[in-house]
Amino acid sequence: MEQNIFQFIWFLLWGVLWVVYFMLDGFDFGVGMLLPFIAKNDTERRIMYNAVGPFWDGNEVWLITAGGATFAAFPTTYAVMFSSLYTPLLLILFALIVRGVAFEFRGKEESFLWKTVWDICLVVGSFVPSLLFGVAFANFFKGLPIDANGIMHGNTLTLLNPYGLIGGLLFVLMFVVHGAVWLCVKTNGDLQKRARKVAEVFWVLEVVLALVFLVASAFATNLWANYMKYKFLLIIPAIALVAYFAIPAFLIQGKNWYAWFSSCAAIVFTVAFGLAGLFPRLIPSSLNPEWSLTIYNSSSSPLTLKVMTVVALIFVPLVIAYQIWAYKLFSEKVRPAFLESEEAY
Amino acid sequence: MLDVVLLSRLQFAVATLFHFLFVPLTLGLSLLTAIFETLYLKTGDEDYKRAAKFWGKLFLINFALGVVTGITLEFQFGTNWSKYSVYVGDIFGSLLAIEATLAFFLESTFIAIWHFGWDRISPKLHAICIWLVAIGSNISALWILLANGWMQHPVGYVLRNNRAELESFFAVVTNPFGWLEFFHTTAGAYVLAGFFVLGISAWHIIRKNELAFFKKSFNVAAIWSLVFSLFVVLNGDIHASHVAHTQPTKLAAMESVWETQSGAPFYLLVIPDEENERNAVEFLGIPKLLSFIAYHDPNAEVKGLKEWPKEERPPVEITFWSFRLMVALGMLFILISIWAFLRRKTPEKDRTLLRILPWAIPLPYLACELGWIVAEVGRQPWLVYGLMKTSAGVSPIAPVQVVISLLAFILVYALLGLVDFYLLFKFARKGPDPKEDKEAEAAEAAPATL
Repeated sequence: MEQNIFQFIWFLLWGVLWVVYFMLDGFDFGVGMLLPFIAKNDTERRIMYNAVGPFWDGNEVWLITAGGATFAAFPTTYAVMFSSLYTPLLLILFALIVRGVAFEFRGKEESFLWKTVWDICLVVGSFVPSLLFGVAFANFFKGLPIDANGIMHGNTLTLLNPYGLIGGLLFVLMFVVHGAVWLCVKTNGDLQKRARKVAEVFWVLEVVLALVFLVASAFATNLWANYMKYKFLLIIPAIALVAYFAIPAFLIQGKNWYAWFSSCAAIVFTVAFGLAGLFPRLIPSSLNPEWSLTIYNSSSSPLTLKVMTVVALIFVPLVIAYQIWAYKLFSEKVRPAFLESEEAY
Repeated sequence: MLDVVLLSRLQFAVATLFHFLFVPLTLGLSLLTAIFETLYLKTGDEDYKRAAKFWGKLFLINFALGVVTGITLEFQFGTNWSKYSVYVGDIFGSLLAIEATLAFFLESTFIAIWHFGWDRISPKLHAICIWLVAIGSNISALWILLANGWMQHPVGYVLRNNRAELESFFAVVTNPFGWLEFFHTTAGAYVLAGFFVLGISAWHIIRKNELAFFKKSFNVAAIWSLVFSLFVVLNGDIHASHVAHTQPTKLAAMESVWETQSGAPFYLLVIPDEENERNAVEFLGIPKLLSFIAYHDPNAEVKGLKEWPKEERPPVEITFWSFRLMVALGMLFILISIWAFLRRKTPEKDRTLLRILPWAIPLPYLACELGWIVAEVGRQPWLVYGLMKTSAGVSPIAPVQVVISLLAFILVYALLGLVDFYLLFKFARKGPDPKEDKEAEAAEAAPATL
């Protein structure tokens, strides 16, 4: 199929949607996973719920949009991606379902059993997507065993290869740190101290694993080929590296917001490292490079891409503007007094 | 032997019908909540603020499950219908992406601001937030129904590169089938929300709980329900006539017409006999009425199912009975709405009405689900009407994967559905929170100053 500029634009937008999703829902997942490890009592658990309460739903829409954009811009990739990863995707889906309702349901009954059930849903519902998104994306970077017809020769266990697992673990650690730093931003007192401690400890693991991931990428994937070819792309891992080290630097100074922004950048540029290495492929075939799905052989028609570009250029900035407003509106710390109000989770 | 097509269809049916238990209330109750909050701003009547909070709380419980089960639907096209996704992604996929960009962000961001923002933003801005939620939900309905409308009646495409490619975006977004579905679906959703508010209000009024409060809700919902129960039937008539032109097999199944005939009569009582390709019972026929309903011409020719080979006909009995029951319910909603409308100022005086209304709450739910069954089962065996058969759209996946996921859906959805309806029930019975302290104190202090 012929090549056009819109395929390139949509590769960029596709990448942006996914990294923004990980950046935003990432801290929700992090806070969710940390619930049993940071909160000591019900009040603290509720503070943690309310620290992400006004945000998680809007964050999750970035996933729906990323999925929708994949469908619209690269239908063949969408079809292969979602049908090849049938089981992991459905696990992610169920996890997101129980996590979402946990927010709304938990505070609606007083019994201990009721709350515990939803707490488990939140923790599991945060951990499973973190891990599986990481496994999935690492496998995209590595390539799936797909044939010329886009049919995968393998099963879910094929995905759980060492590189896939490194990706999964890296996502879990990135999100744990991201969530812990978010709690530093949104809480104070003992809870904040504990969150900071967790952030610091897990940061060490996160950096180690990020480095392992970079090195493993050289062996398990050919992501680095693009970086050798276009040297300016090296700015992406470079920014990621700076961002990783900025997290503790800001935390020590008590500049929590800056630490959180650094964590955002670390996630964005870590995932972007893989995506830029993929270009122009979306899902490489590990069986034969000829069978890889690229932005050229899996895209929609130029007209669809053009229409979608216009829609995106008008509405995505608008969405970003009102979402930033929402973040500013709820930027203050969660105060115990707020928990008394009927609005609180 | 279970095949992937049947399993995937079952799974899609479970996912869609379950999702649609929550969508209509979202569409309608967001608007009603916005109306209550606007009435509060206009009149300063504290009861309307409490109404916005009370109905808003029920809205949120319902909304949570609507949101999380919606993602399933978007994912399913890729997981279970990958060949379909490749074939139509150019058009169908872009409509879903636009839906997310225009509607879901709006809904999800502003519902959070509305939920947590009572004391943070001005009352006016707060009311605007719930309007934006309502607009977002309804815009999302528009785009998803334009997408569904395209499957029902594909327009604006050209077959190229082994798929349907977009030729005219304008044709796709002005597809009359999609717009008729939109008006029909949203109006049905508004009836459902109206009956929800009427039923719960009636339950409290008969018990004399918060009488003044619930009479106000009742009044608004009674007017609302009458308007939309009339609209949904009028629009349904236009919609059915459009179906007759665009999907003759569906219309023939909806009415269980086997033989092609001009000036076709409408039988009040019909029992289809699918196996023998005839109706076991046809009773109380009104001459020429079916031709008139379908084509707005008493002598028009209505094509019978026998015009098409068996493999191109939809399942007749399911389509027929779903349609009949939906229409009967639609008529019933008009009667109940008129009754409630006439008693809207003094509902407490009509105990019969008050006893009936809570039991009427599930009926519009049933009608909405039946409507989807008519639309989707009636479209069979086509996935995209006239272009792609359902059996051609499925993913190359193992049946066992779908068996497991289907069982998981049934189990998880059943549990969550039970919890959600339990909570709706619990908070609906509890009634609104008492008037705010400031007011109560002022009311107590008032006699002392006299």
